Amino acid sequence: MSILIDENTRVVVQGITGGEGTFHTQRMQEYGTKVVAGVTPGKGGQTHLGVPVFNSVSEAVEKEGANASAIFVPAFFAADAVMEAADAGVSLVVCITEGIPTFDMIKVKQFLKGKGCPLIGPNTPGIISPGKCKIGIMPGHIHSPGTVGVISRSGTLTYEAVDQVTSLGYGQSTAVGIGGDPVVGLSFTGLLKLFKEDTGTEAVILIGEIGGTAEEEAAEYIKEEFPKPVVSFIAGQTAPPGRRMGHAGAIIAGGKGTAREKMEALEAAGVIVAKSPAEIGDKVKEALS
Amino acid sequence: MKIHEYQAKQILKKYGVQIPEGDVVDTPAQAREIAGKIGPKIVLKAQIHAGGRGKGGGIKLANSLEEVEKLAQDMIGMTLITHQTGPQGKLVRRILVEEALNIERELYVGVVIDRAKEAPVIMASPEGGVEIEKVAAETPELIFKEYINPATGFLPFQARKLAFKLSLKGEIFKQAVKFILSLYAAFEATDASLAEINPLLITREGYVMALDAKMNFDDNALPRHPDILQMRDLDEEEPLEVEASKFNLNYIKLDGNVGCMVNGAGLAMATMDIIMYSGGMPANFLDVGGGVSEEAVKNAFRILVSDKDVKAALINIFGGIVRCDLVASGIVTAAKEIGLRIPMVVRLEGTNVDQGKKILEDSGLAFYPAESMKEAAEKVVPLAEKGASQ
Repeated sequence: MSILIDENTRVVVQGITGGEGTFHTQRMQEYGTKVVAGVTPGKGGQTHLGVPVFNSVSEAVEKEGANASAIFVPAFFAADAVMEAADAGVSLVVCITEGIPTFDMIKVKQFLKGKGCPLIGPNTPGIISPGKCKIGIMPGHIHSPGTVGVISRSGTLTYEAVDQVTSLGYGQSTAVGIGGDPVVGLSFTGLLKLFKEDTGTEAVILIGEIGGTAEEEAAEYIKEEFPKPVVSFIAGQTAPPGRRMGHAGAIIAGGKGTAREKMEALEAAGVIVAKSPAEIGDKVKEALS
Repeated sequence: MKIHEYQAKQILKKYGVQIPEGDVVDTPAQAREIAGKIGPKIVLKAQIHAGGRGKGGGIKLANSLEEVEKLAQDMIGMTLITHQTGPQGKLVRRILVEEALNIERELYVGVVIDRAKEAPVIMASPEGGVEIEKVAAETPELIFKEYINPATGFLPFQARKLAFKLSLKGEIFKQAVKFILSLYAAFEATDASLAEINPLLITREGYVMALDAKMNFDDNALPRHPDILQMRDLDEEEPLEVEASKFNLNYIKLDGNVGCMVNGAGLAMATMDIIMYSGGMPANFLDVGGGVSEEAVKNAFRILVSDKDVKAALINIFGGIVRCDLVASGIVTAAKEIGLRIPMVVRLEGTNVDQGKKILEDSGLAFYPAESMKEAAEKVVPLAEKGASQ
């Protein structure tokens, strides 16, 4: 089992004819993802990488039955692309684009209210249900099918964690990057709710980092309502306050959003917190034994 | 991105926020000239990107043109140390010369993005002139908040609500409402991440004025605000960070002596953390990007070895889509070109990792290979200690 995507997911790629869009669409196709259409306004009617290109997402939905969108368009056009996809009626939007202004995302979140279309990202590696479907830019081959759910604000750190659990013999049900920006779509809590209902997920790895309060909110939810074991690591324990650590959202502002606060909140909620990033795999083993 | 007080005031003025009369100068003669136009009572304010200037001697009052010139002479070129500058302080290159105001009340008003609520929030408080974090911790009931609905924008009734809560009346109330609306207009129009007026002044003559002003901006939005991007002051930034930003590298200088170079921000922070757990302290944060281009590796390498505080370095790369053999060739090329001044521990993992390791081995360069993050950190820390004691 998995959450949000599986072997029946039909993907439209927005920005398919661009450099990034082309490269990663190929990787997704190699992985076995059903990429059914692409969208580049003005290039409708062409065929690219063996799939039809349309001028709009709604055409891709109508003609090819696309039900999820992957977005690879430049930052200043990405908010518009997300809203177009939601308006066209897909049931999931995955926005890979990095560098979208915060005000644009605030408007996007307002637009998405009541649309019933979850957003993953932006500034995310994407989402993968190993062996079934991958929407994003993560290396497919380090993943394997299994029962561990993964939620993370990071990219390569998630690969590190996935690699650790895979090499201990644990596969993943679904691994999701929620994105490194201050305002993102689905957050830890939203995804935990989905993993709670997923019978194929036995434990969850939650990889957080400094900045914001998403981890504290997740801790609150886990304490009250989440029955499965959770293992967590919080990056940025040595990060100085007031500095943006690569991700737009990774900043300790006004003394708030430190790794320590997050680790304490998670521990108080019964989460197994790995202090060192090298311990993530072992802690999962501990949680599942 | 941060800007100076005088730049923030220039922006705010455009949107109708009332600011004291004055101008920025970089010589004592100019200071005297400006003061001559607005005097007789003048305040001189050092322009650096740090708070706490008053206590450090960066804000002075003058009562005559002679005094203005004398104080400006002392202030321009001084190294100002405040609780935010660190012990090395900051060189004062220019000062703001402003009319001194007669203070009746000091209030606070600020705008930030509330991440949890996913909306801008305007905060106002009668406790002006002190750090708002302190007010939030000690007397949170004295901070009044209004959230902005992105569909409607900031509404006049919300500004009135805040002004009433600050117990303002009559003409001052009207001015304050206009002030708060203008402040928000400036925040939204410039894609700011912070716009803070602390203190917001009520003068004895009955005017509402921004005595101080601080604005920060969303880096992601800067390309659509070329006028604000121009206000970036490279003198206020760490030279190596400026150098790194030219190559689109995310680099932040820290206090330790273990350098690190990592692909991806999260993994870079995690690498810093594991260095600490192994008994060392990181000298920097350096993210070469998930894709690790050869160019990025070379530039990152140069920045790492040019930091004299770095006694040993840890390169931690998780090759996903990007192959470890390509990354390894990039590291070898960079090391041959720039030279290995310090011991380097290299940990590669992911796609084509074995070919990558072989390239490092065959290079004849003295890299220290490591299999895992833990092993890498445990190797690099003693090497840095050894380097520091020599």
